[in-house]
Amino acid sequence: MSLLELLFGRKKATASVAKERLQIILAHERGMNEVESGKPSWLPQLQQELVDVIARYIKINKEDLRVNLERRDNLELLEINVTLPEKEGDNVSAS
Amino acid sequence: MVKIVVVTSGKGGVGKTTTSASFATGLALRGHKTVVIDFDIGLRNLDLIMGCERRVVYDFVNVVQGDATLHQALIKDKNCDNLFILAASQTKDKDALNEEGVEKVIQELSKDFDYIVCDSPAGIERGAFLALYFADEAIVVTNPEVSSVRDSDRILGILSSKSKRALEGKDKIKAHLLITRYNPGRVESGEMLSIQDIEDILRIPLIGVIPESTDVLQASNTGTPAISLNGTSVSDAYQDVISRFLGEDKPLRFTNVEKKSLLKRIFGGRV
Repeated sequence: MSLLELLFGRKKATASVAKERLQIILAHERGMNEVESGKPSWLPQLQQELVDVIARYIKINKEDLRVNLERRDNLELLEINVTLPEKEGDNVSAS
Repeated sequence: MVKIVVVTSGKGGVGKTTTSASFATGLALRGHKTVVIDFDIGLRNLDLIMGCERRVVYDFVNVVQGDATLHQALIKDKNCDNLFILAASQTKDKDALNEEGVEKVIQELSKDFDYIVCDSPAGIERGAFLALYFADEAIVVTNPEVSSVRDSDRILGILSSKSKRALEGKDKIKAHLLITRYNPGRVESGEMLSIQDIEDILRIPLIGVIPESTDVLQASNTGTPAISLNGTSVSDAYQDVISRFLGEDKPLRFTNVEKKSLLKRIFGGRV
């Protein structure tokens, strides 16, 4: 920074404006992309994190847990389907 | 097991080719057999950055179309035995590459190489799509600037929805954030997005920060990958990226304002 700037005050800090603008536009665009593809981008991550949590208590594989988001008019339905491993011949399924 | 890494960004001019050249060179210098492929069909430039422009006889499109063998088209780096370059074609035909052709080339390279680095063109058209389609990992090159961050976000969306891994329901592409042209002084005075700002917005793990530097132009002028300009901050920062990519823990460097000495203050930065 030059001496002149020090004497006559700093330039306006614009980085915070940039961050705020980006956060707003990206929130909007991410929503648009989800409409295009029908699936939100966070769905795979949600699936992975759920698997990780459940795997702490019950031994399951990634394929044993399915997540799906459906939209009907104004209704959004998040479906999580966990197939628990077979135990002594039983087939337990929780939904 | 081969690893395919795409260097991508969406926006042009942020440092994809500079990064591809340095990243591939860095991996090769650490003993990994590496090939770097230029996917920018029609606008070949990786050869210039790598300093092998006069040795291009056959290119990527020649191989895909069966006019040359891979062996004929691969250019061995002049300084590093483990490093090979596959140049882009200068054809104006946008459809010169196709999925099957690229897959065949990648499969063949997979037999011999540890790493395949794909230098993506800007944009989200065919070349950019093919560069990322087969990737296992991605380096998303981003400048601390609004249009670059937005385009990176768009590319991240494409990686997680249109790539082979996404379509086949495999583990998703591991994306790494690489911030380039970072100027700590401007960040400190609030003029430039900070590392934290960009991480907050893009929400992918950071693999490195390359400071803005006049050395990058010196490197491209002479056809030397920036990582090979020993003793410069850019070279050190790229070396750290390689270390982190290979699993080492390295603290960030060159991300804070250097305290200038009195002599430097008087004579400028070049003392």
